[in-house]
Amino acid sequence: MRRVHDFHGGIHPAENKHQSLQQPIRSAGIPPQLILPLSQHIGAPARAVVAVGERVLKGQLIAEPGGHVSVPLHAPTSGVVSAIEDRPIPHPSGFPAPCIVIDSDQEDRWAPVQGVANYLDCEATELLELIRAAGIAGMGGAGFPTAVKLAGKPGRAVKTLIINGTECEPYITADDSLMRERATDIVEGIAILQHILQPEDILLGLEDNKPEAIAALRAATTGRAIEVVTFPTKYPSGGEKQLIEILTGQQVPSGGLPGDIGIVCQNVGTAVAVRDAICHGRPLLSRITTVTGDAVEAPQNFEVLLGTPMQYLLELAGLHPERCERLVMGGPMMGFTVTTAQAPVVKTTNCILAPTAAELPPPPPAQPCIRCGLCAEACPASLLPQQLFWFAQGKEFEKLEQHNLFDCIECGACSWVCPSHIPLVQYYRASKADILEQRREHTKSEQARQRFEARQARLAQEEEEREAKRAARKAAAEKRAELAAQGGAEDPIQAAIERAKAKKAAQQDGQPVAASVSPEAALRQKLAKAEQRLAQSLASGEDAKIVSALQASVERLKGKLAEAESAETASGAT
Amino acid sequence: MPSWIADYPLLAALLALVGLGAPFGALLGFAAVRFRTEGNPIADEINAILPQTQCGQCGFPGCRPYAEAIAGGEAINKCPPGGESTIQALADLLDVEAPPLDEEHGEEKVKAVAYIREDECIGCTKCIQACPVDAILGAAKQMHTVIASECTGCDLCVEPCPVDCIDMIPQPESLQTWHWHMPAQRSSNLEIIATDATPAERAA
Repeated sequence: MRRVHDFHGGIHPAENKHQSLQQPIRSAGIPPQLILPLSQHIGAPARAVVAVGERVLKGQLIAEPGGHVSVPLHAPTSGVVSAIEDRPIPHPSGFPAPCIVIDSDQEDRWAPVQGVANYLDCEATELLELIRAAGIAGMGGAGFPTAVKLAGKPGRAVKTLIINGTECEPYITADDSLMRERATDIVEGIAILQHILQPEDILLGLEDNKPEAIAALRAATTGRAIEVVTFPTKYPSGGEKQLIEILTGQQVPSGGLPGDIGIVCQNVGTAVAVRDAICHGRPLLSRITTVTGDAVEAPQNFEVLLGTPMQYLLELAGLHPERCERLVMGGPMMGFTVTTAQAPVVKTTNCILAPTAAELPPPPPAQPCIRCGLCAEACPASLLPQQLFWFAQGKEFEKLEQHNLFDCIECGACSWVCPSHIPLVQYYRASKADILEQRREHTKSEQARQRFEARQARLAQEEEEREAKRAARKAAAEKRAELAAQGGAEDPIQAAIERAKAKKAAQQDGQPVAASVSPEAALRQKLAKAEQRLAQSLASGEDAKIVSALQASVERLKGKLAEAESAETASGAT
Repeated sequence: MPSWIADYPLLAALLALVGLGAPFGALLGFAAVRFRTEGNPIADEINAILPQTQCGQCGFPGCRPYAEAIAGGEAINKCPPGGESTIQALADLLDVEAPPLDEEHGEEKVKAVAYIREDECIGCTKCIQACPVDAILGAAKQMHTVIASECTGCDLCVEPCPVDCIDMIPQPESLQTWHWHMPAQRSSNLEIIATDATPAERAA
């Protein structure tokens, strides 16, 4: 039995998990229309590779990755691409984003897919490429591209692979039901991850409030080098850094990644997606989503195609719209309110919560901080929330960074315990965003400064060149004037006259001047040109007047030429 | 020697002090020459805080000259593009009180990017000459266009355009620029006292 550790702080909110565990996972079927946002993951949005009106098959690539940290997107069912446009997406801002809309044909015809016969024969890089091509992004909620996470930093060995089945947030049971019903799939997925990473230990961590899942996993992992570790239920033990501390006793350094201490964490849902991609060649097309809350008749877990509108799913679960006060994606602690039920289920939608007003009442007005210190006791990252709150109000960004604001995992434990009902997490989120924006603006202003300075330098150089030319001209003029002053004979006009005289004398001596051409040859050239022009105008059938004028000029030139020739023979004779 | 010191204590003290002072003074003097800082470091730090729009709204020909003027004692509230946050940062740096923005030099506006209505552009290159960061592309009698990612939104190109075909388009908040905002301040809630009725009760 492995010794489990504890992490600082944490809270015990009402779990509310039993409601959605009454029934097994149910398939949500194929909705008439699927809306697939191009950005369902962390990183660059995918780029659509289909056109409106195109027929697509289930599993067909519809968008390619937009960069290294990005994943592709596949059609979750067969149908026709009816639009590529901005649609509402599940995002706290409520802004629409580019989506591919597919009208399903209800036939669910697969594109040809081919799994790997034996993954043990494959290189790790090959398998990573397959995982990337399958569009898998972390299914736990953050949505970081799995292939990038697994590849890690080159030259750094993975000591421990941790599979996260904690699911500590209230209401959510998607991973729990997955572990109960598909434990063997999870174990197969873990075996593939093991082959890729070659870790020394594999730990599957989950809280002790999931006895059925623990039993199923224990049964599925017998005879394998996977250790199922259970630990007492506490929120937020499912946070990556908290889980690592629970299972290994090690802390991820501030500002670092688990990879820095030789650990990789993956969600159980991700393990199943990896197994589907490698063993069956199936890209990520669906996920398990919990639909729960007092406003739905039958809270339960659905296996739902990505892109299914939340409205469709809520209706399947029997939503009472009059009772539903708001709609939350994710859990009550870390989730956010979605502005419309038309928003689709995406790769990171682990839960749709439709609470009544009594269940999740709007927070009471915030009161002043009384410095009770409960938040510091609850903080799982060992931060000082009340200090951070103080600095956030004063916008003292430097102090916030000194107090490790960026280690805050936004779990909401501090807000939950606050007797003054201060929305602390909201302050931290806003401050983080402000700091990041300030950094972005600073790099931009730095760029503007460099461009401005480059321009100033260029203008100065141009001015300098002009100045140099002006100085040169001035110097030349002065020199000429000086020469003129020295001796009258050197007068420039006189010099020019002298040059002309010399030239004339040379000509009279019969020496040909290099530059000049004999008048006869010049006439010949002119004549040739005129004849050409005449021929052209005759060929193109121009006006009779022009033709006659051209003919006259040709005649005139011929006459002149004959004259010149006779003059030459005459001069030659003398 | 000791007797000589004992005879003239005043002279001895003077000698000792001069003997200490002269070498240390020489050392300091040498260090001042050897480790001289080029330029004005305070002006550099101030310049790093200014938004580098080079708009000249402060009355100085660019951010650098204004930074040097601030280092020389100029007021820190003359930069409208920087707004309150820049004034705050400057006040922190210089350890002075942060005054409100001087309205005389303009007001803080939403960040905008210049846009040239291209079918109206006559290709006069006047805006290109005005742009302090070379963010406008074009040539004589050719249509001009703004490189949006380099534009600082300084407005300097708008004035010289003879056909008024340049618009300053404010940048709307988009999915990429959106971020969480601070919660609403408590001031409205401060009026609530224990005996206040809820809206429903008041209606009844």
